[in-house]
Amino acid sequence: MSLYSEKVMDHFKHPRNVGVIEDADGVGEVGNAKCGDIMKMYIKVEDGKIADVKFETFGCGSAIATSSMATEMIKGKSLDEALTLTNKAVTEALGGLPAYKLHCSVLAEQAVQAAILDYYKRNGIAYDESKFPCALCAHEHDHTADEDDEA
Amino acid sequence: MFVYADHAATTRISPEALAAYTATAEEFYGNPSSLHSAGQRAKEILDDCRARIAKVLNADAREIIFTSGGSEADNQAIRSAAYAGLKKGKRKLISTAIEHHAVLHTLKKLEKEGFEVVLLPVQPNGILDVETARAAIDEDCALVSVMLANNEIGTLQPVEEVAALCKERGVPFHTDAVQAVGHIPVDVRAIGCDYLALSAHKFCGPKGVGVLYARRGAPLSPLIEGGAQERGKRAGTEDLPAIAAMTAALEASVADMGRASAVLKKLQDKLIDGLSRIPHCALNGDRERRLPGNISFCFEGIEGESLLLLLDEKGICASSGSACTSGSLDPSHVLLAIGRVHDVAHGSLRLTLGAENTEADADYMLEAIPEVVSYLRNMSPVWRDLQEGKRQYLL
Repeated sequence: MSLYSEKVMDHFKHPRNVGVIEDADGVGEVGNAKCGDIMKMYIKVEDGKIADVKFETFGCGSAIATSSMATEMIKGKSLDEALTLTNKAVTEALGGLPAYKLHCSVLAEQAVQAAILDYYKRNGIAYDESKFPCALCAHEHDHTADEDDEA
Repeated sequence: MFVYADHAATTRISPEALAAYTATAEEFYGNPSSLHSAGQRAKEILDDCRARIAKVLNADAREIIFTSGGSEADNQAIRSAAYAGLKKGKRKLISTAIEHHAVLHTLKKLEKEGFEVVLLPVQPNGILDVETARAAIDEDCALVSVMLANNEIGTLQPVEEVAALCKERGVPFHTDAVQAVGHIPVDVRAIGCDYLALSAHKFCGPKGVGVLYARRGAPLSPLIEGGAQERGKRAGTEDLPAIAAMTAALEASVADMGRASAVLKKLQDKLIDGLSRIPHCALNGDRERRLPGNISFCFEGIEGESLLLLLDEKGICASSGSACTSGSLDPSHVLLAIGRVHDVAHGSLRLTLGAENTEADADYMLEAIPEVVSYLRNMSPVWRDLQEGKRQYLL
């Protein structure tokens, strides 16, 4: 019996694609240390596809597991496909997260978008802002929604 | 290897307590409120337990109220004093920023009911400065509540001094002694408190039972209505097996206190010295004035929940004050109160040892913890920024 599903624990204990890409084509960092989680994603782009992806995460078990799962889900995908990745899809792929941990999974979606946005900006490629709902509006995940007044 | 190092959360029931529990449950099943012989036999056990607990605490048996635990005892003490104060027009309640939530949340509720709540800050070493208390306590106070020992960082508070200030100014004084009783000597007369809360499962007794000490003459009103048990101050049929087990556990803990605290102190020193060698970490709370067996650290660049999960994988049960381990969104209020900023407070680790922990347990933890810290730092963008000078070290 554990707080997290087996899948989450597997990705947490054996995270895929951890590390840095020194000559990355795009880097996205989201979250902040004050909230207790920061996710940094590095992508290497070839022929419009994510040829390689690595991440570094400061955060709890679900933040590390969602980072790992997100990198697996976008590796080899076209940038447009990668941009459609949602935190819901990542969470589902992990077999779910405890309700109070769902906000951690938002970071993975934001980090992917932030890395791709960085790639577009670096290369002067025109982009459709509507495809970056997370990276452009929310610089950090919303912590106020689930504040418990009675706690 | 399995190492349980979370004794401040709860302890394993002691053989003495378990034996008392089963013996009482089997033999003395009567209701102490019943007139018949089975009931009266149970009542004798109840009276005996009350007298024995009173003796340990240097109290009078009439001052011992059995409760469902420390939280209930804290709630009842605070509410009783607050409402009694209100009748005299006193609305101010004083406590500290590092209290347990059983105290803080009760105060918060009372604040909504119109009381004025003042939470005194503590020094960076996690100890209340008596001068801060002296400046704050006045005749308008309905109650002052200061914990005896902190549950997260183990720091011992100057409760005798604060109690004396309260006595001078005619203000009732409550102390949450949940972490202290059974571990360090606790004498209600020496402290000079009007109320004291304790909980059995913190000293190898069962869960779900505790005591409120209320000095004779201190205002006391029931939280639970419905019967004349506990002299009308706490309704509900007494959990006699649990009370007997608590009594046995308390006596056993007190009898073994000298030996146990020497063992714990030695292991504590070893762990504090060993963990201090990890770069960019800091001990939380005063090095000397703390509970034997409490070790609390912050490690920069990592987050506590992932630390706990990985330690658990290695068989080590510990705790953390990070937001993610509490289910809330802020890290521990205690760590924030001693001046740890959020970034650092998220990376906290608490080890609380018990008398059954060994030298081998400490050695194993000293091997496992640095490994896990360094593993997590290696995947942390915060740690990378710190190392590359893009972010300033805080510890």
